[in-house]
Amino acid sequence: MGSLLLPCSLVTPYSPLPIRYSLVQHMANVTLRNVRKTYLGGFEAIKGVNVDVGDGQFCVLVGPSGCGKSTLLRMVAGLETVTGGEIDIGGRVVNQVEPADRDIAMVFQNYALYPHMSVYNNMAYGLRNRGMAEAEIKTRVEEAARVLELSPMLERKPRQLSGGQRQRVAMGRAIVRQPKVFLFDEPLSNLDAKLRIAMRVEIRKLQRRLNTTSIYVTHDQLEAMTLADILVVMNGGQVEQVGNPLAIYEKPATTFVASFIGAPPMNLMSTRPEEIRSQLAGSAAADAGILGIRPEDFVITDQTPAGGVALPLTVEAIERVGAETFVYGSREQEEQRVAATPGELPPGEIIVRIPGTEAPAIGAKIRVAAVRTKLHLFSGDGRTRLEA
Amino acid sequence: MQKQAIFQSKLLPYVLVAPQLAIVLLFFYWPALQAVIQSFLLQDAFGLSTSFVWFENYLDLFREPAYFEAILRTFFFSFAIAVSSLSFALLLAVMADKPLRGSMLYRTLLIWPYAVAPPVVGVLWIFMLHPSLGVIARYLRALGIDWNPLLDGDQAATLIVLAAAWKQISYNFLFFLAGLQSIPRSVLEAAAIDGARPMRRFWTVTFPLLSPTIFFLLVVNIVYAFFDTFGIIDTMTRGGPGKSTETLVYKVYSDGLLGGNLGSSAAQSVILMVMVIVLTGIQFRFVERKVTY
Repeated sequence: MGSLLLPCSLVTPYSPLPIRYSLVQHMANVTLRNVRKTYLGGFEAIKGVNVDVGDGQFCVLVGPSGCGKSTLLRMVAGLETVTGGEIDIGGRVVNQVEPADRDIAMVFQNYALYPHMSVYNNMAYGLRNRGMAEAEIKTRVEEAARVLELSPMLERKPRQLSGGQRQRVAMGRAIVRQPKVFLFDEPLSNLDAKLRIAMRVEIRKLQRRLNTTSIYVTHDQLEAMTLADILVVMNGGQVEQVGNPLAIYEKPATTFVASFIGAPPMNLMSTRPEEIRSQLAGSAAADAGILGIRPEDFVITDQTPAGGVALPLTVEAIERVGAETFVYGSREQEEQRVAATPGELPPGEIIVRIPGTEAPAIGAKIRVAAVRTKLHLFSGDGRTRLEA
Repeated sequence: MQKQAIFQSKLLPYVLVAPQLAIVLLFFYWPALQAVIQSFLLQDAFGLSTSFVWFENYLDLFREPAYFEAILRTFFFSFAIAVSSLSFALLLAVMADKPLRGSMLYRTLLIWPYAVAPPVVGVLWIFMLHPSLGVIARYLRALGIDWNPLLDGDQAATLIVLAAAWKQISYNFLFFLAGLQSIPRSVLEAAAIDGARPMRRFWTVTFPLLSPTIFFLLVVNIVYAFFDTFGIIDTMTRGGPGKSTETLVYKVYSDGLLGGNLGSSAAQSVILMVMVIVLTGIQFRFVERKVTY
């Protein structure tokens, strides 16, 4: 179904209706202490994770597929056992607590709505299971439906709803419970691009208004950057870096984070070639193994800024996307490969991001430069960031 | 997408369906037609003369209390067989659906009984429950139960239901397991987070989501109990003791082939035929449309 057919309320953000007290949430922080998960066969999915999510904060777990982020979320939910460490929700260690008793609500990737129940009953189910009075259930469900603009659809079955509406029902099912923590498992990945952006904004607004501690899993770095108060970048069952999204963007701790956060990815190159080594001489940076420069930090110029780095390039390809243009260039003397990490460029290729649509011709020899403050330096194994 | 195939020759499509049509006509419609014709005829005891009696055979049937008893008995058998084999199969399927070690092995083992032919099932159960030969019968006697299905009609009926239900468990199990596995894991996980304990989760989520499978199997089991239990009844009790295990299908056989009343037997077959048509109609109507939940 094309997004043109959707009612416009789906693609416009909510009007800021006040939320009645009935949806005000309890707050709690979530603390993961050296959390581990080892499967029976000996495979270590989570290798000791430490994260602290404060009251009402929005924490995003991001990483490539198979990095363990969904497993970690399911461990917080109680759907996977914890084989080491502690999960603490609101000051209580919940390792041995049933999912139902952890006071959490989860939004699944495929929504996981009950197909045989109406929208109303989907939202009321969790409340009925807890023995709440029907009158109170009605108040809560109707309030949630109003906030999520689902009121006209309460009697429909999930199969009669569009993807975006199902997504809202899943959200509704979470908020009526007034849990301490919301868990989101890639909730937007089944939506089309336009709806995904609209829902992303809505989720953030809703979370701000309800002020409920949230943990959100995604593999989309843009979603991660825009939603997170705390961003947790994961790779291979380990946390690569935790922090404010912009701080991570500005100072990635490892080459993995450097190439995973930011699109197009940061250009990474070895500092071994004489061409680069000589430009970095006279600073701590000279001993760095890997140099990283973001595409947007390059300028096409004939000058070399003091302490900065300049590279001669041959233009291989141009991508014009309107507001900006990506120039793909190759360096002449590339000898050393940097260990391959997700999203990384082929060795020797450099992406330069320039504003507007003006670009050099393909095959042209250009010179690009970046100032000293925009250089990212890492140890040879890419595991440590060095300050220049 | 073009669904219609286009043939160059007008004759070819008819030639292609001819073998199938021939089989259907020869083995289904022709005997059915014969039964309908036969049901309007009355033969004398020596088969020397045949007269056309219109609906006399049917009217005789409906005047005969034994026929109504057979109908009631058949309904009772169908109900008992369907309910017991469905519920036991569902229980087994729910347990086999759990991620346990060696699950493939016992899933396979649970499917095996389906490959056993009905008369063999009958013989197997007789060996176990025959009053003088049976292994289980010995223990029942030791427990003080006066077990003798050869004389006690209710015990004989229990025996038939037991054997017939046992045979059908595998088939039901297979469908239930497939049905259970098609329920998304995340829906059950969502229910667990929503505070539903395992029993409540089963009755409020799993069971409703299985309802199309349950309905389909219910019809299949009733048809099975109506018609396919002949072999079991014939090997185990031959309709006896008395007429306590004589179902409609067995009555067709015993009245026609043993009693020599071909006209009445044919009339009974026609009535059974109508019942199958109705059951199949119900099944198509609901299963094709899918039971909506």
